[in-house]
Amino acid sequence: MEIALPPTTAAPVEPRSAASAMAPPSRFGDKAFEWLTLAMAMALVVLVVLISWQLWRGSSLAVQKFGFRFLTTSTWDPVAEQFGALPFIYGTLVSSLIALVIAVPLSIATAAYLTELAPLWIRQPLVSLIEMLAAIPSVILGLWGIFVMVPWLRDYPFPWLKRFFGWTPFFTGPIYGPSMLAGGLIIAIMILPIITSVSREILRSVPNLQREAAYALGATRWEATRIAVLSYAKNGLFGATILGLGRALGETMAVTMVIGNTPQIAASLFKPGYTLASVLANEFTEATTDMYLQALFEIGLVLFGITILVNLLAQLLLRTISTTSATRAVQ
Amino acid sequence: MTKLFSSKILWLAIVLGFSANASAQMMINGAGATFPYPIYSKWFDEYAKVDPSVRFNYQSIGSGGGQKQILAQTVDFGASDGPMSDENLAKAPGKILHIPTVAGAVVMTYNVPGNPSLKLDGETIADIFLGKIKKWNDPKIAATNAGVKLADNEIVVVHRSDGSGTTFIFTDYLSKVSAEWKQKAGNNTSVNWPTGIGGKGNEGVSGQVKQTPGALGYVELIYALQNKMPYAELKNAAGDFVKPTIESVTAALATAEIPDDFRFSITNAPGKEAYPIAGATWLLVYQQQKDAAKGKKLVEFLKWAAKNGEKMAKDLQYAPLPDNLQQRVLARINEIKM
Repeated sequence: MEIALPPTTAAPVEPRSAASAMAPPSRFGDKAFEWLTLAMAMALVVLVVLISWQLWRGSSLAVQKFGFRFLTTSTWDPVAEQFGALPFIYGTLVSSLIALVIAVPLSIATAAYLTELAPLWIRQPLVSLIEMLAAIPSVILGLWGIFVMVPWLRDYPFPWLKRFFGWTPFFTGPIYGPSMLAGGLIIAIMILPIITSVSREILRSVPNLQREAAYALGATRWEATRIAVLSYAKNGLFGATILGLGRALGETMAVTMVIGNTPQIAASLFKPGYTLASVLANEFTEATTDMYLQALFEIGLVLFGITILVNLLAQLLLRTISTTSATRAVQ
Repeated sequence: MTKLFSSKILWLAIVLGFSANASAQMMINGAGATFPYPIYSKWFDEYAKVDPSVRFNYQSIGSGGGQKQILAQTVDFGASDGPMSDENLAKAPGKILHIPTVAGAVVMTYNVPGNPSLKLDGETIADIFLGKIKKWNDPKIAATNAGVKLADNEIVVVHRSDGSGTTFIFTDYLSKVSAEWKQKAGNNTSVNWPTGIGGKGNEGVSGQVKQTPGALGYVELIYALQNKMPYAELKNAAGDFVKPTIESVTAALATAEIPDDFRFSITNAPGKEAYPIAGATWLLVYQQQKDAAKGKKLVEFLKWAAKNGEKMAKDLQYAPLPDNLQQRVLARINEIKM
């Protein structure tokens, strides 16, 4: 259902004033500004190209030696110099997925509460609190993870999950504490603020006419929020999720401290895992042999590639969603 | 106005003062291992009183970084918790000397109900880290701990996830006492662990051992002391159970076989009092110094460290070199040419 908007009132074209009779103003400022912004924009592109070139150069030997096997094998053995990145790729994707599954509903619900439902006096304090969460350094969150979150998870929620959902493959096996699930949870905490604040901005930008129209049709508050606001802001919310995902893929310190750092592929989320960013942070400083360093560079390259790929896929998905909703509106 | 003027004068004085200071002082740059960082900073502080004309700048970027930087000649000295490999030494543009400075113990720390004092031997530790011994009441553990009642709890192995000199020392020891370990995992700053969970840094391992019931991990002695964690007595090569102390590490240094190039390992040392999982840390310098003035100052410092610096080691829980080794080190420092 599309709600017709009143046509925007276009400013009537003024007849050329007397000023046009004078000498045209210098366009130098405009040109300079254009060149300046162009240079800035190009600098960003150049930076990305340089990074990928450096990563490629740093890992060329490993790429030659291991080839495609690097992406499909699971042995990471610095002593025998056998390197396969599959468990790290798996760990990165799964921990990010867990984080999104937890953080996205929470963030969007928070944003919806803040823009639609919360009494005015509580909004600003809540927003500040959420922004404070974003300001907590990663390593502090990680320490909190080791000393508070992981023991608590091990003693209360994990046994509960095992008892009631132990029949699924995801919650089986011994419970140590440091685990894929703990890693996903800490990432969820870290990406909550960014998804919440972006979602909030998006919901705030939904025109009030939308809400008024819904209420006029007799919608309840929930219906108005769902149909007129959330549905309208769908694309934007998806974009906010992608921003969060970008952060989740690269998140390093806090995850490293709670994920258990074991390169394995296991269905159970109680088992420890490992991410691409974590292995880089862990092993780069003490890697002495050439092939070892090259393999770590290739890990960087893979992470870079995954980030780009995920972003491209997300944009494609976004385009499909918006075109289908547009066609539906036409029909 | 006057205020502004005087503040300008002040700034000028400060800037001039700094630049005058800087030109009078020589800066010697070093980078590498994190394990000896506390004692090296203490040495640089103390040495500033001995010779105010030279200042040291040390970046603790890790042993791997230290080796890379000295190879690239971006620093005047490197530092490493493990000796350099033949492969890496071959890349050097000149001969690199290994100067051992201090040593430390790696202790087995655990978290079992009541935390009784435990005794372990190398083979048992290797089997636990291979995942072959899974329970605390395993007969192999009970054999060395008569009188201690250990429950039927699962052993949670905790190891370092980051590459580190501590792991190098620990896996060096395991490779010496267990053929199976040597073949399956081997010896490096980071290995393909057969079992267990990884904690980042000594603080990560001690944190996880403290938080996880049934955990067994390895950390540097100082971390176990600081966190008041129990640590095991280990059976050494002579068959005696020894506590990790500064003395038992120095005993390992005194009895281990030390080759002429100082690229030694002191794990599983033969002495009766020697603690088996210990390791030294080295400074890496070129035998032929490019900058004569700097080289002279560096040699003076190294001699001071070998004679006077060693005395400060114990306060910071590092084991000093025994006398015989100290004499050999001094002779090596004299070989540095300008």
